[in-house]
Amino acid sequence: MSARLLVEAAGPGVTLQDVGRFGLSRYGVTPAGPMDLGAYLAATRAAGADSAIEASLGGAALRAEGATLGVAVAGGDFDIRLDGIPLPSACLVALAPGARLTLRAGASGAWCYVAVGGKLDLAKTLGSLATHARSGLGPKPLGAGDALTIIDAAAPPPEPLALIAPWLARDDAPIRLLLGPQADYFARDEIERFLNARWRIGARSDRMAYRLEGPTIRHARGHDIVSDGVAMGAIQIPGDGAPLALLADRQPTGGYPKIATVIGADLGRLAQLRPGGGLSFRAVSWDEAVAARRDYFAAIEAGAKREPLRAAISAESLLAENLVGGVVSALSDQTESSDR
Amino acid sequence: MEESTPRFLDCGETALSVEFGDSVDPAINARVLTLDARLRAAPPQGLRETTPTYRALLLRYEPLEISRDALIAAVDALLAPGGIEEKPSRSALRWTIPCCYDPAFAEDIDVAAALLGRPAPSLAQLHAGADYRVYMYGFAPGWCYLGGLPQALAIPRRASPRGPTPQGAVLIGGALALIAANPMPTGWYVVGRTPERMFAPRRDPPFLAAPGEAVRFEPIDAETFLALDARAAAGETVARRDAPR
Repeated sequence: MSARLLVEAAGPGVTLQDVGRFGLSRYGVTPAGPMDLGAYLAATRAAGADSAIEASLGGAALRAEGATLGVAVAGGDFDIRLDGIPLPSACLVALAPGARLTLRAGASGAWCYVAVGGKLDLAKTLGSLATHARSGLGPKPLGAGDALTIIDAAAPPPEPLALIAPWLARDDAPIRLLLGPQADYFARDEIERFLNARWRIGARSDRMAYRLEGPTIRHARGHDIVSDGVAMGAIQIPGDGAPLALLADRQPTGGYPKIATVIGADLGRLAQLRPGGGLSFRAVSWDEAVAARRDYFAAIEAGAKREPLRAAISAESLLAENLVGGVVSALSDQTESSDR
Repeated sequence: MEESTPRFLDCGETALSVEFGDSVDPAINARVLTLDARLRAAPPQGLRETTPTYRALLLRYEPLEISRDALIAAVDALLAPGGIEEKPSRSALRWTIPCCYDPAFAEDIDVAAALLGRPAPSLAQLHAGADYRVYMYGFAPGWCYLGGLPQALAIPRRASPRGPTPQGAVLIGGALALIAANPMPTGWYVVGRTPERMFAPRRDPPFLAAPGEAVRFEPIDAETFLALDARAAAGETVARRDAPR
């Protein structure tokens, strides 16, 4: 029997993503790809995967079939359980046939990645597996009853491991951005108002855009521009003066002024905020943005540190020792009894 | 007219907009597409992707491989007089795209004709008689924006969008023409419909016309539309691709 990952339950907005569908923006194609690239890379690199399931606040339940799968999870502080037993929010585990992995919104975070070691038996669309639901490119959003077939399944880890990925640490530091490309459409005091405000993520936020609730930002000279290209993280001020942060599923071009653009190192931190979550911004220079980018990707390249689950959980004092022992023995039992 | 230097605008640390102007203008768009062609012919290390639009070229780059200043210097060198010669590109290609103006397919032609104060057949004749150029794609995959709409067909966009466009809708809005791919609501007017697929994900190439290429519409009747639509649905390209004249 071929190795499969079954979707038993999925909230809204559970999609398959790879790094994105690049090179075709000139034909109106949105890149899509992960909302939190750092978390996506933590999961896919730990598992040895070319893509990942991106789950949102509605969570998901997954089950392995046909073989024991090596599965890595990362992104946001989600409540992750293997057959009901709590796991760290970033981990690499063996998912034995029949075992059930559940993801539920936890203390914080909006997007969680589940990567399976191996290759998905799925045809790429325009060079990518990424789902862009609005244009119908890539696989449909995942729902209960869907199954992903894994070819060349990677060996699962012999023991469950916590993934220690420092770049996933969340703090309340301001989200850094570069002013522009159309900061000159705003008077200096409106830019100051934008930078000094405390913002809240609006309820109608999704993979396309996060709405920012706070003061109204007024344009100095009209709110229509001749459409131009839109970068990931652009903050657009439409006619009503309520900013929109344009994210993975944004349209590739747009006709409203973009006051600023979030830097690459902070895109994941922005994406992991939930509706109602607060944030503020800080303008930085190109040099500061690139220095932050260098540090961020150097950490990702170095990879997540792997710690046996028992040590990791003890260190975080999340669970009593006897329960941890139960986790570890339950996990190793399943690994040993698998039919690989 | 003396050509001014473009503005270089940061879009974060991984994208740079090279802005040649702030209006929809064939001369400005030509400069965008010339720089695009030159960069694609000899891409600097670290340049990832270029996105041409009406009046600006967006450069996506990896700043850990090329600095902003080095990228700007590379662009300046390509724009300088005597810079790298533009390679012959597809920009000279001309597409003849069949278009049905029968009101059964051109859902808004009567409304648009009334707004423009001329009979629908005259609108169709003017529309089909013009030479267009692909300025850019945007909005959704395969949505192809064309310059060259006759002044007499310039029409204010709707205050609120109409329902989803039919596949292959040929539209007018403002001073522009547009060929739509997938159905989407729009503030433009559907004045025709082409059986051609501007975007077919499994066709090679998946997109019909590239930015800079020339387009004309060839009027067809409803019967021809249905016949060509069946052939296009089976994967055939029913538009004609002509060598430059």
